[in-house]
Amino acid sequence: MSINAADTAWILISAAMVMVMTPGLALFYGGMVRRKNVLATFMMSFSAMALVGVLWVLYGYSLSFGTDIGGLIGGLDFLGLRGVGQEPSAVYATTVPHLAYMVFQAMFAVITVALITGAVVERMKFSAILLFSVLWLTLIYSPVAHWVWGSGGWLAKFGALDFAGGTVVHICAGMSALALARLVGPRKGFRDGAPMEPHDVPMVALGAGILWFGWFGFNAGSALNSGGLAASAFVATNTSAAAAAFTWMALSWFYRRPTMLGVATGAVVGLVAITPAAGYVEPIMGIPIGAGGAVVCYYAMLLRSKWSIDESLDVWACHGMGGTWGALATGIFSSSAVNAAGANGLLYGNPMQFVKQLVAVIIVWVFTFGATLLLGKLVKAITGLRVTPAEESVGLDIAQHGERAYGGMIR
Amino acid sequence: MKKIEAIIREEKLEPVRKALEEHGYFGMTVTEVCGRGRQKGIPLQWRVGEYRVDLLPKLKIEVVVLDEDLSKVVHAIASRARTGEMGDGKIFIIPVENAVRVRTGEEGMNAI
Repeated sequence: MSINAADTAWILISAAMVMVMTPGLALFYGGMVRRKNVLATFMMSFSAMALVGVLWVLYGYSLSFGTDIGGLIGGLDFLGLRGVGQEPSAVYATTVPHLAYMVFQAMFAVITVALITGAVVERMKFSAILLFSVLWLTLIYSPVAHWVWGSGGWLAKFGALDFAGGTVVHICAGMSALALARLVGPRKGFRDGAPMEPHDVPMVALGAGILWFGWFGFNAGSALNSGGLAASAFVATNTSAAAAAFTWMALSWFYRRPTMLGVATGAVVGLVAITPAAGYVEPIMGIPIGAGGAVVCYYAMLLRSKWSIDESLDVWACHGMGGTWGALATGIFSSSAVNAAGANGLLYGNPMQFVKQLVAVIIVWVFTFGATLLLGKLVKAITGLRVTPAEESVGLDIAQHGERAYGGMIR
Repeated sequence: MKKIEAIIREEKLEPVRKALEEHGYFGMTVTEVCGRGRQKGIPLQWRVGEYRVDLLPKLKIEVVVLDEDLSKVVHAIASRARTGEMGDGKIFIIPVENAVRVRTGEEGMNAI
């Protein structure tokens, strides 16, 4: 195949839009922590950009998208981008330069690593985050990305659908977040009911807005061309985000008041829910998928808040459960009339697709949760997972990074 | 001379400032403070559920007055800052030994 200029332009712009999601996530998470930990929370996202941006071109892309080994992992043929050049790949996104597809995928790996950190803000040691990120990218993200998206990956062959990363990005991040939060333990004062008040809600809202914008690159870019399918995924994405934001607002209003934090959270879970389905469903199906995602995540978060586990920013409830709902909803609402590469779902007379989605979800749940527990224990043995109690009291900004977010006496 | 420290609702700054002006006191110091009293805090919402905040934002006004003006000024502040609901605040009165106007070096009554 030869290079298509419009497709190439769209994929490169999409990659840049997905890149912007990670600083957006830093704002989204940073606003929800206490002011003494805002920079440390930002660092967890920006360090993913710095670290994964290098590891991905060195070997991450090759492990995910290199020549298949037994359906489980990619080979080392693309090590250091060897063979990844200006010509299209023979199998992936065949109308754009292979480098464009590679860098688009790089941004997904970056944000997935950053997503997990919401579970452990305000107490996890920075060195432990870095070590965990290296191990997690290598041993969990790369294999799962290969299973689902790699040529020859076993979940792809099995027929599980994941348009833009409901399984690979969101379930992986969400389940790993839960496992890691369990290992790291709760924040000081968490069990005594000390209020962990979000220090800057406008920052959270701005972050959610940037995520919403970037998500068009994430989902519509995953069409890997600039044609009708990209437009269809784009509309499905916006519809789901809007439906979920509206639903979350209504739920919080039902219980007390319609909150900004609720609308911002609802938008994000709507985007999560539509991610695996975006290019397989009629765009109007964004409404049930988004609204359903908001209900699932709202009550998952309520459930989590009754546990003693301090999964601080609810990565499991938003991404793990939102991704699970999205993956299952793909098995309900997908239609091969939208995308010939997809399949019909339950609603179009093919219940087997729902079963396939369910199997894929359960396998990824179990693998990522279990493997994260093992990696976390390894990191604990090497660097320890937590800062000291004194450092935690002072705040990670000063204790871990030697800087503060809001300096100066005069406000 | 007495210093009046009045902790009031944020929205009562303007009426209290006017009351002080009416009694001839233009000088004042205003600080944003947090505090708690019988109001016992308010519920705020997290993404799901609620948490309570019991240190609520108030304003602290400091003004130094002559002994003979004390009771009418305190009364004026209290009546203008009052809503009748819990959380209206408190007024403290503290004796002042001396005062100095930085620009001229004047002391005592002439400095306030």
